[in-house]
Amino acid sequence: MSKIIVVTSGKGGVGKTTTSASFATGLALRGNKTVVIDFDVGLRNLDLIMGCERRVVYDFVNVLNGEAKLKQALIKDKQCDNLFVLPASQTRDKDALTQEGVENILNELKEEFDYIICDSPAGIEKGAIMALYFADEAVIVTNPEVSSVRDSDRILGILSAKSKRAVDGLDPIKEHLVITRYSPSRVEIGEMLSVTDVEELLSIPLLGVIPESESVLSASNAGVPVIHDIESRSGQAYADIVDRFLGEKKPMRFLDVEKKGFLQRIFG
Amino acid sequence: MALLDYFRRKNKKTASVAKDRLQIILAHEHSRHGEPDYLPALKRELMEVITKYVHVDQEDISVKLDRDGECDILELNISLPENDLELTAADQR
Repeated sequence: MSKIIVVTSGKGGVGKTTTSASFATGLALRGNKTVVIDFDVGLRNLDLIMGCERRVVYDFVNVLNGEAKLKQALIKDKQCDNLFVLPASQTRDKDALTQEGVENILNELKEEFDYIICDSPAGIEKGAIMALYFADEAVIVTNPEVSSVRDSDRILGILSAKSKRAVDGLDPIKEHLVITRYSPSRVEIGEMLSVTDVEELLSIPLLGVIPESESVLSASNAGVPVIHDIESRSGQAYADIVDRFLGEKKPMRFLDVEKKGFLQRIFG
Repeated sequence: MALLDYFRRKNKKTASVAKDRLQIILAHEHSRHGEPDYLPALKRELMEVITKYVHVDQEDISVKLDRDGECDILELNISLPENDLELTAADQR
């Protein structure tokens, strides 16, 4: 049974695309046939984060309009045999995505893939609604910061009212919270909302926490999803998220300030 | 440094201010959750109609949409000024 998972947040710049790229890569690395779709029509970016920007020939809207076959538009990942990317179109036509067109493409993908990851654009406009409409599960990406938490709450409201599952009266979308750009040292001195605070405010189950880390920028510079950087804390945190999603019990990591060793204390 | 920390601790931490503010605004937004998009316009027009017949201030009228199980209840609450109702009703005749 294939699953459609939307990665969404409401607010922009919180790490949806970074999370989509690493989450999809992680699922594929663990042997699941996975496709990740960029729903940000007009502002294509997932291809850059996945490092396949120069191999884009056809896009989502080309397939939707029948200008290309789905197989022609899917880009196979360089490092991962099970992973494919469906890039967004750069058209400025706001109505390029139709519900019926999106549904047809998702149905075709369902026959082939175990997991379909929908990377939502920011906002609550059509693109964002299309990305979440057909979802079975949702990953809500939130920064520990007031506007991001409020927008996530708004998106949760939309998931429970406007998604296909809500409209058809089926089981609700299963929601997962991913907190990104977390800084334990700022939480410790009371400058940042803690994981518990955000969990309490949004009251959905926590899937994982990604610590603020320089490796995320390095990874996007290089076009390699940060989950491949197994040395980095954020790479490891994403790997944990994938394991937890697949049912493994993994304790949360990187929630506390790193204790400095004796030498580190002396030499900084 | 411990001394410095001691003095710093007196200020309310910004994270707890953030949490308090979010709790309030989210509760407020949840209470409006599920309201149809036309409700603000409906409220405005209802008020216009009522003030046309009865001399009441805007604050004396409240329009609320509640849900009781499967049933939506539109609640209209008007605090009528004493005597005024009869008077205006008589005017209309």
